Amino acid sequence: MRKFLLLFIVLITGMVFAGRLFYLQIYDDSFQALSENNAVKVEYDYPQRGYLFDRNGELLVSNQPSYDVMVIPRDVKPMDTLEFCDLLKITPEEFRNKLRKATVYSPRLPSPIVPQLTKTEYASLSEKMHKFEGFYIQKRSLRDYQVDHSANVLGYISEVNEAIIERNPYYQMGELIGTGGVEKQYEDLLRGTKGVKRYQKDRFNSVIGPYEEGKFDTLPVRGKDIILTIDGALQQYGEDLMVNKRGGIVALEPSTGEILALVAAPNYDPALLVGRQRSKNFTKLYYDTIAKPLFDRVLQGEYPPGSPFKALTALIGLQEGVIDLEEKVSCRGGYNYGGSKPLGCHHHKSPLSMIGGIANSCNSYFATVYRRTIDKYPTPQEGIDNWKKHLNSFGLGNYLGYDLPVGKRGLIPNSDYYNRYYQYPKYKWYTPATISNSIGQGEVLMTPMQMVNFTAAIANRGYYYKPHIIKNIVGVDTIPSQYREKFVTSISPEYFEPVIQGMHDVYNYGTAAYIQVPGIDICGKTGTAENYIKINGERMQLTDHSVFVAFAPKDNPKIALAVFVENGYWGSRWAGRIAGLMIEKYLKGEISRKDMEDFVLNGSLEEEYAKPYTGEPFIINQ
Amino acid sequence: MNSQTRYVKFDWMTILLYVALVFIGWINIYSASLSDNAVSFIDFDQIYFKQLLWIALSVVIIAFVLAIDSKFYERFSSIIYLVSLGSLLGLFVFGKEISGATSWYSLGGVGLQPSEFAKAATALALAKYISDIQTNMKTFKNQLGAFMIIAIPALLIIPQPDPGSALVYSAFVFTMYREGMHFVYLLLGFFAAALFIGTLALGVPYVVGIVLAVAAFIYWRNRKKKPNRFKYAIIILSCIAFSFSVNYIFNNVFEQRHRDRFNIVLGKEIDAKGIGYNTNQSEIAIGSGGWTGKGWTQGTQTKGNFVPEQHTDYIFSTVGEEWGFIGSLVVVILFLALIVRILVLAERQKSKFSRVYGYSVASILFLHFFVNIGMVIGLLPTIGIPLPFFSYGGSSLWGFTILLFIFVRLDGSNYYYT
Repeated sequence: MRKFLLLFIVLITGMVFAGRLFYLQIYDDSFQALSENNAVKVEYDYPQRGYLFDRNGELLVSNQPSYDVMVIPRDVKPMDTLEFCDLLKITPEEFRNKLRKATVYSPRLPSPIVPQLTKTEYASLSEKMHKFEGFYIQKRSLRDYQVDHSANVLGYISEVNEAIIERNPYYQMGELIGTGGVEKQYEDLLRGTKGVKRYQKDRFNSVIGPYEEGKFDTLPVRGKDIILTIDGALQQYGEDLMVNKRGGIVALEPSTGEILALVAAPNYDPALLVGRQRSKNFTKLYYDTIAKPLFDRVLQGEYPPGSPFKALTALIGLQEGVIDLEEKVSCRGGYNYGGSKPLGCHHHKSPLSMIGGIANSCNSYFATVYRRTIDKYPTPQEGIDNWKKHLNSFGLGNYLGYDLPVGKRGLIPNSDYYNRYYQYPKYKWYTPATISNSIGQGEVLMTPMQMVNFTAAIANRGYYYKPHIIKNIVGVDTIPSQYREKFVTSISPEYFEPVIQGMHDVYNYGTAAYIQVPGIDICGKTGTAENYIKINGERMQLTDHSVFVAFAPKDNPKIALAVFVENGYWGSRWAGRIAGLMIEKYLKGEISRKDMEDFVLNGSLEEEYAKPYTGEPFIINQ
Repeated sequence: MNSQTRYVKFDWMTILLYVALVFIGWINIYSASLSDNAVSFIDFDQIYFKQLLWIALSVVIIAFVLAIDSKFYERFSSIIYLVSLGSLLGLFVFGKEISGATSWYSLGGVGLQPSEFAKAATALALAKYISDIQTNMKTFKNQLGAFMIIAIPALLIIPQPDPGSALVYSAFVFTMYREGMHFVYLLLGFFAAALFIGTLALGVPYVVGIVLAVAAFIYWRNRKKKPNRFKYAIIILSCIAFSFSVNYIFNNVFEQRHRDRFNIVLGKEIDAKGIGYNTNQSEIAIGSGGWTGKGWTQGTQTKGNFVPEQHTDYIFSTVGEEWGFIGSLVVVILFLALIVRILVLAERQKSKFSRVYGYSVASILFLHFFVNIGMVIGLLPTIGIPLPFFSYGGSSLWGFTILLFIFVRLDGSNYYYT
């Protein structure tokens, strides 16, 4: 026993030491970062963010220098706080708050105290900066907007928050990151790469030379310039047309899928989200929960498409062979499917064949076609799933895959959806239960972006390219390959001509006859979508949405678009007019139907939007 | 030399371990003391070069130590001990004050620290005393005698002040225990340490409470045996008195820096910038090493001189940072191997003198290893004693070299003695 006590203690000590070393060196990895902070000083050199141009080479967004006052809390020495606050134009309380916050975040990492000074503020401050130890001015570049439109497309940049830093260690406190639109989507291209210089520090925190002979230092790489597919003039015009209305316009070039215009209304001036007023303005936009200016209705709004959907019903009917072009369907003010009341229709001549059915937007005709399409299969489940398959091939019912960071899937119901809804097999359901789908009401939901996509596919007679906003990356001269890939629909090309003829006749003698644009062969389809809102738990019907899809010219189409005006009543009233104006603006560059333009530019729906919030009973569709 | 030398056989494993430790130690001193203003490798102002000189001189010392007849050490141990005590006493008159401690003789610009050599002298004297045929370590008288041999140099070192070096002499309790001292003394020591730490960590009232509770519990357990109440009272009172005196000494005798060191390790104060700086920086340096470290001379903490005294007491933090877990483990294992090897050799000695001396060598090396690395990795309070063979310093290196090689010499003659 006496012989072994010391031996025993020695070995125990060895094990304890090994364990402690393992804990320090392997298990607890916080020391690595501590060591870095301790011994290595890092300086960043921020490159210029890439510019944004429109499709015609017009500069949309460039940069302006901005100056952030940064602090490293542990280096702060006693100083004349009042003078400093005077220079920065902040109150001593604000200053103390910010300093405390910075200290809590990290005593040794820089945090911004006052971000985004202007050039003049910088000039007066810079010569006195040496008096305030621990503070320094970091030059960055901010966005300089050359236009006041396209805020929803361009997005904005903002300071990174701690959550972002945690996810992506590239970013440091006080740095900027694209937070919406193109700025977010192409952040990696636009921001470039910041340059890094590392210095070895000694324990007095003074630099004793480059770290590892500058082995890890890098030069900043300028961000890439990006050319967008947006047509600046068309976008501007679209936003002007949508003033005092809510909804959106989205225009594509069908042959490429390039987004020509993406108007979401209401919109805001992108310059509001730059500089020191940014957070104030952002808060204002953010808390407008009624008009929702930050909500991109074109990409995020899911609406029942209404009558434009009939074009799809017709195409699927033809492809499935359940109807031909000659057969006429009679309509006596509605379609009786056995429900409590028939699916109503408006007044038009009867009976109608396919082309007339489209031109006059006859509900009975399309209810008949839809029902035959579903009932062609032994069970309604199989019928619905087959119908959905056709719709999916138009990019409906799922994310389209365009290059903007927000979106919705929309909804194309399948058999599971109805089985769940009707608790199949406990209860059975049949085609008439889904009859509203035939005319784009019912369960079907689409974003305006999805509507324009199927319109473009019709215009192309059976294929589409994924809509995209990127036209070129300057210097790289390519775009992501998925935007050069052709998607072919499940409908044979020959079935498109009659449907397109029907859409053309919408203008010739149909529901949009009075908004013709002279000299342009437009094909379009009106839509009037019923909708409801819940206010304080009470469901109420609002004035119908005004919907319109169109493309032009009929042969070799140059533009396809979808227009959506919330509570604009019937399709041709607002949306149809706007579509005509946009097409003329894009194809001719000038407007011949000044009457239509005046009607839209001066018209306002604000009164309509205020109705549900008055708290009093109101009349819709007037 | 005479015919005896033919039977001498040195333990090569011990020597190899020694060489490995000295070599690795120098490698790390080089890295820790590397500065940009060195003109060339040969530069007498550079710490690493001076250490290289001390190492070279060690070789000479080793030659002398091994050349001397092993019987010399036994015969002259008392004289060596007295000379050593004299050198410690002389410090009070001729000592040179360096950073607050009068622990040095200055000989032509080279500082010599007699306390480093006194360890070997004390070990020799203790071995001589214990191995004496008339000494019986089971008797109180002889225990007291052995204790005096250890305590005198320690008491001379404390007022330098160098309490860390004095603490090393507590290592001899292992030797005394090995040679027959009752286990109770070790327990008593352990118990005193527990009371000491308890008093500092919790305060006197808690310790008194705990002592009373434990005593009451033991008394209750043994109530059938009619325990001696007087004995209980004495033990309880002495515990309480000890706790009070620890409190008094801590607050009135200790200097603030000593108090701070204890408080940091006991977790009562956390101040990474001030008094806890050493330990904190040392942990950061070691912790940032990872599995394999940052590479020789690549340690950012080492380069930035963040760890104070990194080439002396904190040399192990350089190992941790630049050689990582693997390197640190290798060093720990080398030390363990050396200590264990010495213990094994000591048990093998035919002469009691050699055995006692060997045991003392192992104990002293172990205590240094335990206290120094324990401090560097943040397990023990800051107690400034060097890591044997590793830390920079001529006196320290020579002191340990002499200590170790006397044993190598004694062991080498093991086969000669019968």
